[in-house]
Amino acid sequence: MVDKLLEFVQQLLNGLSQGSIYALIALGYTMVFGVLRFINFAHGDVFMLGAFAGFYIGPKTLALFGTGPSYPGMFAVLVVAMVLCAIIGIVIEKLCYRPLRDRPKLTVLITAIGVSLFLENAGQLVFGANPQSFPELITDRALEIPESWGAISGLTITVSQVLVFGITLLLLFVLRYVVMKTKLGMAMRALSFNPVAASLMGINNDVIISFTFGLGSALAGAAGILISIQQPSIDPLMGVNAGLKAFVAAVLGGIGNLPGAALGGILIGLIEALVVGYISPNYRDAIVFGVLILILIVKPTGLLGTSEREKV
Amino acid sequence: MIERSKILLLSALLVCAGLSQVAGGISPYYFDILIGIGINIILAVSLNLVNGYTGQFSLGHAGFMAVGAYASSWLTLKYGSSIGSGTLSTTTVFVLALLGGGLGAALSGLLVGVPSLRLKGDYLAIVTLGFNEIIKGVIQNAEPLGAQRGLGGMELHTNFFWTFAFAAITIYVVLNLVGSTYGRGFLAVRDDEIAAEAMGINTTKYKVLAFVLAAFFAGIAGGLYAHFKQFIHPEGFNFLRSVDIVVMVILGGMGNTAGVVVAATLLTILPELLRKVAHYEWLPDWLQQVAENRMILYSLLLIILMLTRPQGLFGNFTGKRNQRLQ
Amino acid sequence: MKRPLIFSLALTLLASAVLAQDEIKIGEFASLTGGSASFGQSSHKGTQLAFDEINAAGGVLGKKLKLITEDDQSQAGQPATIVRKLIAQDKVVAVLGEVASSRSLEAAPICQQSKIPMISPASTNQKVTEIGDYIFRVCFIDPFQGSVMAKFAQSKGWKKVAVLTDVKSDYSIGLAQAFKEALLKGGGTVVKESSYSTGDKDFKAQLTSIKAAKPEAIFLPGYYGEVSLIGKQARLLGIKVPLLGGDGWVGDSLLKVAGNSLDGSFFSCHFSADDKSEAVQGFVKKYKAKYNNETPDDMAALGYDSVMILAAAIKKAGTTESEKLRDAIAATKAHAGITGSITLDEKRNATKPAVILGIGGGGFQFVQTVAP
Repeated sequence: MVDKLLEFVQQLLNGLSQGSIYALIALGYTMVFGVLRFINFAHGDVFMLGAFAGFYIGPKTLALFGTGPSYPGMFAVLVVAMVLCAIIGIVIEKLCYRPLRDRPKLTVLITAIGVSLFLENAGQLVFGANPQSFPELITDRALEIPESWGAISGLTITVSQVLVFGITLLLLFVLRYVVMKTKLGMAMRALSFNPVAASLMGINNDVIISFTFGLGSALAGAAGILISIQQPSIDPLMGVNAGLKAFVAAVLGGIGNLPGAALGGILIGLIEALVVGYISPNYRDAIVFGVLILILIVKPTGLLGTSEREKV
Repeated sequence: MIERSKILLLSALLVCAGLSQVAGGISPYYFDILIGIGINIILAVSLNLVNGYTGQFSLGHAGFMAVGAYASSWLTLKYGSSIGSGTLSTTTVFVLALLGGGLGAALSGLLVGVPSLRLKGDYLAIVTLGFNEIIKGVIQNAEPLGAQRGLGGMELHTNFFWTFAFAAITIYVVLNLVGSTYGRGFLAVRDDEIAAEAMGINTTKYKVLAFVLAAFFAGIAGGLYAHFKQFIHPEGFNFLRSVDIVVMVILGGMGNTAGVVVAATLLTILPELLRKVAHYEWLPDWLQQVAENRMILYSLLLIILMLTRPQGLFGNFTGKRNQRLQ
Repeated sequence: MKRPLIFSLALTLLASAVLAQDEIKIGEFASLTGGSASFGQSSHKGTQLAFDEINAAGGVLGKKLKLITEDDQSQAGQPATIVRKLIAQDKVVAVLGEVASSRSLEAAPICQQSKIPMISPASTNQKVTEIGDYIFRVCFIDPFQGSVMAKFAQSKGWKKVAVLTDVKSDYSIGLAQAFKEALLKGGGTVVKESSYSTGDKDFKAQLTSIKAAKPEAIFLPGYYGEVSLIGKQARLLGIKVPLLGGDGWVGDSLLKVAGNSLDGSFFSCHFSADDKSEAVQGFVKKYKAKYNNETPDDMAALGYDSVMILAAAIKKAGTTESEKLRDAIAATKAHAGITGSITLDEKRNATKPAVILGIGGGGFQFVQTVAP
């Protein structure tokens, strides 16, 4: 009996760390949707670029902090990757989405699909199609839970899992602070309510939109690094699946709603772990899409979202 | 008096029958491309009904193609010689199987459409994508359909006549429908759904109708495809395949059937042309590699098209302006 | 004024026509881009290396071999078109391809109907060569490899085995099936079966449920991309039992990603880059020299062997005429390939010994050879 319970808790733990990754990526989707009302299909591929950024700059950056894996080294790589991804996100927005600002949404959606496919295939050309091994930024191992804590010692929690969850929480708090307590954040929120009024109030919409893209992409980049610490095998197509699941998470939580995206991410991670552990791994993807369809039928605004009235 | 369009259709069918006799003699490679053009025309024209005329963005058309492909293959593999083993009997079974596949696809179109069509724009796109993945997932786990090994052994029933006859029929049905009062309904939904509802048009009915009809023809295309390649695999009906068809509709101009036919033809020939280009030794290496990677070029094409000419080559797409950011 | 121009043009045309006669054209269809690009690119590189080597030594029957490669982009539907082009337009005398069984199954009927021999370097699904007598392969098929590892498990006394299959891979499913059958015949039991998909990165859910079933070993018939991660995650979860696998494990990044988590595990394969024999080391050296110091994997070695077998058959037949060429290929006996001594049996599959390697100390150790 205890065994079964232990297994269940272990599955939950597994789902939690995977869910944190989805949460980070989902935040990017939801922020961009909140401000621009469109789904940036290419967001998952920025996540992939973050991982590759870490791959290329990792060894040299680590060397600055002494030999071998180290925590300061890891944080440095994380920050640099986030900055790089922010720049990439801003550039994509400026080149491909801004010119289409007043066109029908369909046009932008199709463009986003084009950007996504381009990044994936160009990635295969430039980085090579083979999976690469991500440099070791920290030494990962299972934490030793003392026997005296009882049955819980049968669980396995790894350093990387704790790190991923911890950094995600940290980034969530930072994000909440930025959005709620800074001027830029206020401008973002104003823009998501009513862009026309916002610009009338003196907000430079272009700058704020760029900032939003940059912020969302930075989070995706962070997710790319964090997942590569846990699963050190990267390839140009790694953003496809993660991006799609994160999108489902964003919708589940309520698209446009930041805490919702985080909640959605964690939930999807947990659902996946439980489906794989207790039903069958074969149906994992189908069930996640099933969740998407279900939520869109039952409560399209998501778990935490609010209804939006479409005015004519 | 017989309607002009019916006369056109009949003559088209006769031309197909005639050409069919000649077509058998050309190189198998060119024949392959020719049949590919016909199948893509059916796929693109049917998707255009949904994406172009009704303004609903479906990203899962390959899923319906898969249903048609697998259903018709299963039927011919099981009942191929049940009437008799002569060409007439097997061809009859083939055509019946094609129609069966189409009906199966139409049914799945209904199942997908009813829950999804209340969604708009981006959401509908993702949900149709999701359904595409679900259909693929179901096939991958279905042993009688070959699951991940694929399904093979179908007879080579598809020929020039059947392919282009069905292409002609698809064009005929779509054009006639669009020119009728139903067509007014589709266009109304596309141009302004809320206004249409306000005018008393049952938008859901029109959306579902377009969707189911498009799925039916996609199923036919799937059956034709299966009996030409003689081997099908779930990965052949994935998201990328759906994107292929979407690109044809966009390039041709959403809502312009003639344009879409031209686009489908061009985009079937293009990869083969690119293959030739990829072999030109005088091109720098990286350019050769880009030519080989069709997807890089397709994605660039999409981006450039959307930035410069979203109405496609021939289109008259007049979608609703984005009212939020003006 | 114009005459020298016309003259040189005519001469060039004549020369190219003559030179063209002096070539033996061989077609290849491979997944150079798309989802299976890493495997297609490997087999293509091995194939290209073999062509370069043969041509540098003067070619076959006094003619150079010309390789015409087409990319099928890992997409179903393309192999049929490509092979039709290779046969009808390029007029190749033989076709090489593919790694993925599903794509081989698509192209094989066309080659069979056109009576053009087709050699697959690495498709392991039984049905491929069953299409007809013009279809060959130079790798062993799933039933053999599965039973090799099952017997190995038996010899080590591991009776309770868990199986973790890649359901997106036809190869993995076939191998798992064969392993299970052989295991059960030998008196073992499958205590838990689970699965994942190619491209997955997180396997903790599956591994957790496997751990709960307390197996003595885990059979992992997947590809190195996922296997390396599974090894790492299994050890982190506290699973200490050995992992067993097949030739899909062979890949550059296997140990780089897995670190020492795969120590104490075993897998069957065709060849090992660490094999000290002259032939293998020679191949590895040539491959590294041509391809930027990359270590060749199984796909590359099989691609290379498929060309060598074809070339040897052309030489033996003395012609590229399809029936005689087919017979010559079918008669391949004890061909000294990089992936072992290859003999094609009456079903046109390769009977060759499998090598079992153990992992430890940062590399592979030879454990035993298993004869067919």
